[in-house]
Amino acid sequence: MVPGEYYLALAGLVFVIGGIGVLTRRNVIMILMSIELMLNAVNLTFIAFAKMHGNMMGQMFVIFVITVAAVEAAVGLALIISLNRRKATLNVDEINILKW
Amino acid sequence: MEWPFFIIFGLGMLISSLLVITRRNVVHAALYLLLTLFCAAALYVMLEAEFLAAIQVLIYAGAIMMLYVFVIMLINVRESMAERQWQRQKVAAGVIGALLAAEFFVILIKGIWVPSAKTAEAAKAALNAYGGNTEAFGVTLYTEFLFPFEVVSLLLLAAMIGAIVIAKREI
Repeated sequence: MVPGEYYLALAGLVFVIGGIGVLTRRNVIMILMSIELMLNAVNLTFIAFAKMHGNMMGQMFVIFVITVAAVEAAVGLALIISLNRRKATLNVDEINILKW
Repeated sequence: MEWPFFIIFGLGMLISSLLVITRRNVVHAALYLLLTLFCAAALYVMLEAEFLAAIQVLIYAGAIMMLYVFVIMLINVRESMAERQWQRQKVAAGVIGALLAAEFFVILIKGIWVPSAKTAEAAKAALNAYGGNTEAFGVTLYTEFLFPFEVVSLLLLAAMIGAIVIAKREI
């Protein structure tokens, strides 16, 4: 029997890895994939708590998180495609027209 | 008996997530993310959430990652892979990440994670009355969470229309 805290520790580590990926990568698609890593870590936390407390709420939240992650990935990738038409770059530092 | 599987899938998830953020090739990173999602689905099965494991494989690893791979195929990533990959603030990001991990560690060590035995047993009994994870999931989703379910369907419709409109060449 693996205690629930080990799942929580694993999810925390994956969340931190995803956070570092968001902060340090230049490529827009890499940033989006790091956000997916963070969302997965949160899902694992919810399901671990659902098991530890014997409650169904955690698993309910996970289905909505997966749905919203799908929505966010679709809209974000559509934005990348549209942005790529204007300026053929995937570097977030070069998308700076709004900079003062 | 659970420990070997937990170690295999837990280490698999950790190592492939590390490989996701460090690869220069975007396609390789997408494939390692796929491996991370599969390890996560295996961990969900071990946590007795079999329906969510199936949903994860179908939707997350099946549809969302396919969307990522399609977009990587559509836009030309070759020039972006030849540039410098990492931002200048990687030291600061590493420090912040280490601080966050330390905070998680402290909370895990000091927290009391076992709920009171009576409520846990009552909740478990209510759960097993439905006869399985999928049945319990279905009953809870369509009785207690009916309104969020309908709202999420509206959200999906908005996202579908929005993604098509945003990515069109001319509106």
